[in-house]
Amino acid sequence: MFESLSDKLNTVFKKLKGHGKLTEKNIEEGLKEVRLALLEADVHYRVVKSFIADIKERAMGQEVMGSLTPGQQIVKIVNHELTELMGSRHQALNLSGPTPVALMLVGLQGSGKTTTAGKLAIFLRKSGRHPYLVPADVYRPAAIDQLQKLGDQIDVPVFPSSVDDDPVQICRNAQTTAHQQGCDTLLLDTAGRLHIDEKLMDELRHIKAAVKPSDILLVADAMTGQDAVNIAKSFNEALDIGGVILSKMDGDARGGAALSIKSITGKPIKFIGVGEKLNALEPFHPDRLASSILGMGDVLTLIEKAQEVVDEKKATELEKKLRKSQFTLEDFRDQLIQVRKMGSLSDIIKMIPGMGQVKQLKNLEVDESEFIKIEAIINSMTPQERHQHTLINGSRRRRIAKGSGTQVQDVNQLLKNYTQMLKMIKKINKGGMRGISRGMLPF
Amino acid sequence: MKKRYGMAKQSANHTPGGGYLKRLKNRLSKTRQTLADGFDKIFADQTRVDDAMLENLEELLITADIGVQTAMQLIEQISAKHISDVDQLKSQLREEILSILKVHTSAAQIVNSTPHVIMVIGVNGVGKTTTIGKLAAKATAAGKKVLIAASDTFRAAAIEQLTIWAERAGADIVKHKAHADPAAVAFDAVAAASSRGADVVLIDTAGRLHTKINLMEELKKIKRSIAKQLPGAPHEVLMVLDATTGQNAISQAKLFNAALDITGLALTKLDGTAKGGIVVSICSALNIPLQYIGIGEQIDDLRPFEPEQFVKALF
Repeated sequence: MFESLSDKLNTVFKKLKGHGKLTEKNIEEGLKEVRLALLEADVHYRVVKSFIADIKERAMGQEVMGSLTPGQQIVKIVNHELTELMGSRHQALNLSGPTPVALMLVGLQGSGKTTTAGKLAIFLRKSGRHPYLVPADVYRPAAIDQLQKLGDQIDVPVFPSSVDDDPVQICRNAQTTAHQQGCDTLLLDTAGRLHIDEKLMDELRHIKAAVKPSDILLVADAMTGQDAVNIAKSFNEALDIGGVILSKMDGDARGGAALSIKSITGKPIKFIGVGEKLNALEPFHPDRLASSILGMGDVLTLIEKAQEVVDEKKATELEKKLRKSQFTLEDFRDQLIQVRKMGSLSDIIKMIPGMGQVKQLKNLEVDESEFIKIEAIINSMTPQERHQHTLINGSRRRRIAKGSGTQVQDVNQLLKNYTQMLKMIKKINKGGMRGISRGMLPF
Repeated sequence: MKKRYGMAKQSANHTPGGGYLKRLKNRLSKTRQTLADGFDKIFADQTRVDDAMLENLEELLITADIGVQTAMQLIEQISAKHISDVDQLKSQLREEILSILKVHTSAAQIVNSTPHVIMVIGVNGVGKTTTIGKLAAKATAAGKKVLIAASDTFRAAAIEQLTIWAERAGADIVKHKAHADPAAVAFDAVAAASSRGADVVLIDTAGRLHTKINLMEELKKIKRSIAKQLPGAPHEVLMVLDATTGQNAISQAKLFNAALDITGLALTKLDGTAKGGIVVSICSALNIPLQYIGIGEQIDDLRPFEPEQFVKALF
């Protein structure tokens, strides 16, 4: 995320760290470049101005000038200020109030409200709630269809709106039918509108008054320019929003919107959309993003992601197997599936501290289809073969290749990787963790 | 929607055809307000140009999404001329912006051939489908036979959305099932257009972020299969950009251009606030003509881009 801003800042810091002692002039020059980097990243002009002023004040003080490592100190200050700028801590959804509670999604056209509604439904279900999707966009052609289809896809009930209905009435009716559907959380997907369109903004006010949502979320495109703050301000003034969801964070957006919205509106960013798949929605943690912008990685998110997908029981079972060196091809497949559940590999790699700075990994696109191939190959084996790979001779290899639609070479490669892994496991069991730093992954 | 659409049509009929400038001015009023208000504030109590004024001017340009580079360039050019008079500074700035806009917009050359195939691309949510709907309506109104290809097979209900637009515009549509191969849809559509004698083919594609390599490859494949069916096609590759996008719009255009050789740009949603600066930014960074601007939800609100008119409306 925000690689290009991250690159620019790190070049500036590298220069600053090179000095044993910092002069006022060094700092002035460094901050000038930081300013440019932020402006180029679409951070709002006003925000940049006060941000730079704050850092300058602290940097010129004893804290930095008297320090033995002044460059480091500046990085620390910037990290702190960046975190502050984005709101310090993660802010959860507000779901308080009598059931069914309602969450209202608002925003400009094309900011990603409908897709986000689907993603939020999955998120809510994961945390034990029963979401109910309510299409209240009667203007855009096929908008209701879109939400209906998303609902079918993820198996979440959808209120049967029609284009002839009034959006306010739709939301009100949905509140009563939610009970019959056994749902406790409404997701109101409103139509996209310009924040200066008074008539449509009024409609939102009416919906708010009618259903009294516990949280109103502005969905905004992460690539929005200087206008991001105006948009957020107008929606906030009209509706007193509870927070913001930034969509399309998986592109090369430089973070302008993310860095500006909180400090201008005072409303936190609660979630970020990080992909086209419906599970690609993450809670937003300002502190983590700040350290990832400054190239420090994001181990916490990595661990959380792993915890989310790893099944405890299976994990202890696997551990036992590993200790007895009984790691079968079936376990191998399970492992792969779990890694894939964590999201795209390129994203995972970026969360490892220091990896973001490695040039060779910059534009790494991991070919996820390799995983599909490996899964297919293992699926084409008989259970006996999966438990005892030595059974697999030449003719079995040909059969497996045919069954999985791959080449015999692919099967060979997989078996080779697997046996290497087995050897490694045996080594570990004998000699502890020594000697595994290299070649941990069999690819 | 039906109700709203009907009303829109009516009011469109009331606007005289020659009122382009008036309507554009009206639509861009918010943009103009920000810039003009800012200008007035800067220039109000002063008749002489000084450093503080130039700094304010820089802020004004940057907050209008003109971009740091372009803004600084403009300021430099102006301060190099040592203008001291405020009115002169204003007209100078207008001229500089106009020259940026003009240089790159005259190059649009459209090859005439039937069927004329236009492939429409862009990131998610910029308004590709809506733009196609408007283009189709314009073409059918001009007496042309239009065929639309529903090559966005990925997003839920994208095909349904396009079908509604096609019905409204009176255009034919070629569609497959959801999740079908988009290249196959395009291929079939071009074949159908040739045999049905259509004049214009509009190919809708799924929105995608420009950084997703696999998805960009998919677009290339769509383009190749169009060319296979009809050598020389697509005759135009129109990239749709959202005007609220900041400097990222340039990155988008660059990467899409590298993959597909864009022939023109359409800038949508210009009727919001403080934007329009991005137009200058795009023209100065890329050598691609800006063909259309979208300034509202009605069919008539997709307009050909005219630099002079645009700058006039802006100040």
